[in-house]
Amino acid sequence: MGYFIQQLINGLTLGMIYGLIAIGYTMVYGIIGMINFAHGEIYMIGAFISIICFTLLSAAGITSVPLALLIVLVVAMFFTSVYGWTLERVAYRPLRGAPRLAPLISAIGMSIFLQNYVQIIQGARVKPMQPIIHGGITLLDRGDFVVGFSYIQILIWILTIVLMIAFALLIGRTALGRSQRACQQDQVMAALLGVDVDKVISLTFVIGAALAAVAGLMVTLYYGVVDFFIGFLAGLKAFTAAVLGGIGSLPGAILGGLILGLVEALWSAYFTTEYKDVAAFSILVMVLIFRPTGLLGKPEVEKV
Amino acid sequence: MASPTAAASSDFVALLKDAAVAALVALALAVPLVGLHTVDQAGELAIETRFNWVAIAVVGVFCGRLLLRYVLTFRSRREPQSAGAFVRLGAVLQPYVKWLTVAALLVAFVLPFLPFSSRYVIDLATSVLIYVMLGWGLNVVVGLAGLLDLGYVAFYAVGAYSYALFAVHFDLSFWICLPLAGLFAALFGVMLGFPVLRLRGDYLAIVTLGFGEMIRIILLNWYPVTNGPNGISGIPRPSFFGLPFDRTAAAGATSFHEVFGIEYASAHRVIFLYFLILCLALLTNVFTLRIRRLPIGRAWEALREDEIACRSLGVNPTNTKLTAFGIGAMFGGFAGSFFATRQGFISPESFTFIESATILAIVVLGGMGSQIGIVIAALFLILLPELGREFAQFRMLLFGAAMVLIMIWRPGGLLARREPTLRLHGHDPARAPPP
Repeated sequence: MGYFIQQLINGLTLGMIYGLIAIGYTMVYGIIGMINFAHGEIYMIGAFISIICFTLLSAAGITSVPLALLIVLVVAMFFTSVYGWTLERVAYRPLRGAPRLAPLISAIGMSIFLQNYVQIIQGARVKPMQPIIHGGITLLDRGDFVVGFSYIQILIWILTIVLMIAFALLIGRTALGRSQRACQQDQVMAALLGVDVDKVISLTFVIGAALAAVAGLMVTLYYGVVDFFIGFLAGLKAFTAAVLGGIGSLPGAILGGLILGLVEALWSAYFTTEYKDVAAFSILVMVLIFRPTGLLGKPEVEKV
Repeated sequence: MASPTAAASSDFVALLKDAAVAALVALALAVPLVGLHTVDQAGELAIETRFNWVAIAVVGVFCGRLLLRYVLTFRSRREPQSAGAFVRLGAVLQPYVKWLTVAALLVAFVLPFLPFSSRYVIDLATSVLIYVMLGWGLNVVVGLAGLLDLGYVAFYAVGAYSYALFAVHFDLSFWICLPLAGLFAALFGVMLGFPVLRLRGDYLAIVTLGFGEMIRIILLNWYPVTNGPNGISGIPRPSFFGLPFDRTAAAGATSFHEVFGIEYASAHRVIFLYFLILCLALLTNVFTLRIRRLPIGRAWEALREDEIACRSLGVNPTNTKLTAFGIGAMFGGFAGSFFATRQGFISPESFTFIESATILAIVVLGGMGSQIGIVIAALFLILLPELGREFAQFRMLLFGAAMVLIMIWRPGGLLARREPTLRLHGHDPARAPPP
């Protein structure tokens, strides 16, 4: 039982990271209907900026952990957003209204480009980081097995939940959120009613990139290593999570991420770690067979 | 707007402003990743600064943006419709396509015997042809049936591994293994397609992508069969219908050069492999061209255009898509078994997502559904990294950038002009008089 609870905690932590990345996919898909294939690379860049910033801060002699975290959070979110904005501006905006596959190929090209760009300028070696948050709470002590909830995990949970609430308020209550929902429903009509569609799309990429940067920061803290290739698999998983939850649905992205994280953690715990990715994709196929629009997706009514 | 000079100078100020903004963005992009370089120092990271690189990047972006905008405004004033030069080129070439095809075929057939054809050239041409074949195979799925498949490399891998396993363990010859490998790949295609082909476009993309990864993970971990990351080695090399390409044949066999009474040369095998893949690729092409005229091919194209209309007219969408998926997979399997026999060694390393992306890029860059376009795109995408061999480090960087730039330049692909497959009584809707 203790082992199960521990895996539950680990799985949910992983799931929250997936969920944060998945939001970027699902938002972009909801508004412009394309798979932003380079989103995984944006997350990787967020992780790199975080690790560079941590190293700089420790060199500058800042020892207070909360202060360092806050600075890194802001810096990583800002610079990664610039990457997200540029990505949209360079690779996707010129292709607005092009055939459906064109932006996808452009996105794959951008993904290859960014991966190699980081590999060239930062080196192909794995970048290690000393853990800066130690310890945790003991939830259950049975003598032979201890269920722990480490401070890093607590931080990830709190950060994700706070961001989710802020994000839900942004979408539900602000003018920007209203414009985004309008663009999602009908871009032409939104433009006619005075919504600056280009600006809304740009901001969507910025928000998605900022959330991916937070995910990158959390992964850096959680695993302590970063390399240029982490974006591909994480992106794939996050997109799977978005589809699982129903693409275009924001709560669905989080739900999908959590389910995926749980499946992976439990599969690794009770079966084999080698096939955990296979298990994750199999779950996706299963769900899509029985609910083709994902768990929380609205059925698409096709009209002629 | 009082005088032309005033307008021009205000334009120039706007250009400068625009370039300055671009430079500012470049600064923000470059500072954290280019300017600060992480280096390992005894297990700990340290930071080196490289702000000279940042300066170069910022100045470069400023000048580049200025030049780009200047050229764009200048050109749009001069000739408002310079775009579509390629389309016009395509239209001009249209009557000569047949002759061009014949010429290209001739070149392809005599290539190994041309004076400049070193072993390197033939090897390169063989690689290009593998991708041409894969492109034509994937074209059945993406170009004709309109199904977005991001995991085509899975079928390539299934073909390669089934060929390798049959050839190594059961000692079957190439000509028996080839159809078997194709059959296996097709079977996998149908097995995968059955549950997922009911899904709409982008869902299909992600499931096929996931499937490609699954196959790779299974190949990596299923040690007893696939030998894991070490791969399968010692795959029998192809023989010329039973005649091996050896200097001295094994007991009881005669080798190729003895039978034909020519000097032994190691190039014979390379040339044979070249012709083999040329024939396989042409087979794929002829098959595709012919099947477009059959009911099933027409159903694929109709399904791509309008699924609802098809369903209303009694076409079974799932079965139709399934055949496209299976046939595309079969050609992938053929190409895979050729790859295995050519390399003599295969490992999961060869079947990563980047391969799927390359093949899909070839199909889309070529202009979906255009057979000639695929050849041009394959030549371009496979030769480009080869030419950039000196800066090996930057190869993939350039490859990615080229994909983005070509898409921006020609979103419909290089040769996007497509004749309708079917016209009713020579009726051309574009020229029809308004009702």
